Amino acid sequence: MLLLENVSVSYGPIQAVRNADIAVKKGEVVTLLGPNGAGKSSTLGAVMGLHPISGGQILFEDRLISGMATEKIVRHGLTLTPEGRQVFAGLTVYENLRLGAAARQDRKEIRETRSMVFELFPILSDRRSQQAGTLSGGEQQQLAIARSLMSKPRLLMLDEPSLGLAPVIVDQIFRLISRLRKNGLTILLVEQNAEMSLQIADRGYVFASGEIEKSGTSKELRSSSDIMAAYLGT
Amino acid sequence: MYDLLSVIIIGCSVGGMYALLALGLAMIFAILGLLNLAHGELIAATGYTMFFLALTGMPFIVIVMFAVIAAVIGALLMERIAFRPIRNAGVATGLITSFGLEIILQSGWQNFISPTRLSIDIPMWLIRFWDIGDTGFSTFQGIAIVLTLVTVVSLTIFLKRTTVGLAMRAAAENFPVTQLMGIRANAVIATAFAISGLLAGFAAFLWIAQRGSCDPHMGLEPGIMAFISIIFGGTASLSGAVLGGLFLGLLQVSLRTYLPDALLPFQQAISYIVVISVLVRWPDGLVSIFKKEERERR
Repeated sequence: MLLLENVSVSYGPIQAVRNADIAVKKGEVVTLLGPNGAGKSSTLGAVMGLHPISGGQILFEDRLISGMATEKIVRHGLTLTPEGRQVFAGLTVYENLRLGAAARQDRKEIRETRSMVFELFPILSDRRSQQAGTLSGGEQQQLAIARSLMSKPRLLMLDEPSLGLAPVIVDQIFRLISRLRKNGLTILLVEQNAEMSLQIADRGYVFASGEIEKSGTSKELRSSSDIMAAYLGT
Repeated sequence: MYDLLSVIIIGCSVGGMYALLALGLAMIFAILGLLNLAHGELIAATGYTMFFLALTGMPFIVIVMFAVIAAVIGALLMERIAFRPIRNAGVATGLITSFGLEIILQSGWQNFISPTRLSIDIPMWLIRFWDIGDTGFSTFQGIAIVLTLVTVVSLTIFLKRTTVGLAMRAAAENFPVTQLMGIRANAVIATAFAISGLLAGFAAFLWIAQRGSCDPHMGLEPGIMAFISIIFGGTASLSGAVLGGLFLGLLQVSLRTYLPDALLPFQQAISYIVVISVLVRWPDGLVSIFKKEERERR
């Protein structure tokens, strides 16, 4: 479904990602692991066209998307819930969700997605007219994911959804991810919490200083204790 | 008493004009972080359009409509030609580009149209004076207040209700994430410039109705007033731009009315001293004073 071939990302002279090959198949949950600054977020940003790639190519459903504008990529059914939630704080919950569907036309379908989203996140339904900035961290993370779902993506990329959240809330977020997956969504998950993300992912890639050090099924990665110790600190 | 009434009416009409200009500036600043120093030149563009269209003998209202459209087109062209190519460059690049644009446009008016003042006939009904006791106001001053009010209300509705309006508010908060929503950056920015042009066109109409002429430097003073308004009111907030514009207008008109004759030559200086004193006490502008009170009331 999503294919990164030999992708590199540079910021000026600094190479954030070197020759990454990543494949995500339909219906899979794939996780990108590794320490801070290893190039995981840069990879997601490059897929969304937020920063240009300096080498390689990116294909989504056999269509070349590298070099496309972000807004076009979203319209092809790919979306990213950015790191640190980044909800529009001055807008209400409802307005945030409305913008999530901004690329779609059919009002009836948008309404359906919204009821689906409110069913998944009842708290957002209760707070729909509240400003997003007044929500708690966990609620904001739910809103950020809900907002991404409003574009009706076929592939959802989540960047550090558990960052800065209390353990109880983190559990909740991970339960949600499994539920989304059961609904048939393909998910590419970036996490520092390796233990938890390998529990729900099918496969993983381990990044270290911009390169993919190892890849494999979640089981293989979990049993490879040297990887866990060296790169993930567990 | 009558004095006070006319100070309020005239102050609000002058302030309304500043507010319209300041709103456009603040909107562009909020979304792009760009302080468009050439914004005042949209007034000159409107003025010259009015001057040339007047030669054709069209009815005044039609002339004004076309002139306002010219301001919108002018603003869109500024964005397309000058600002889009440097969109991802730093703040300083934007500032210098807009400064360059300002100089190019001013010398353009000077060299290709006329270095001197060109008069524009203003119809009598527009400058007619309506008496209230021993004072009163002109038609265009009334129009200024109504136009400002209608514009601010419609803009607020636009920003709250429409998807483009929401996208503009979102873009002012976080542009990259707005793009992640599948919103076309160019569309949002072009809309912002079109609106800023429309508001500048309105302001230009009011400015020209008052002076009945255009010249190459006509955009400078209102442009500067608009800058002062957004800083006085509170940078990057639209309510601040309106508040700053209105206060500045009221301040200038009351100084002009109440200052003793000996001090009149210093009225500009005195109004700036007031603005600076307010900013020293409340560096975030007038809006922050009201916000603070709101918080205390809760």
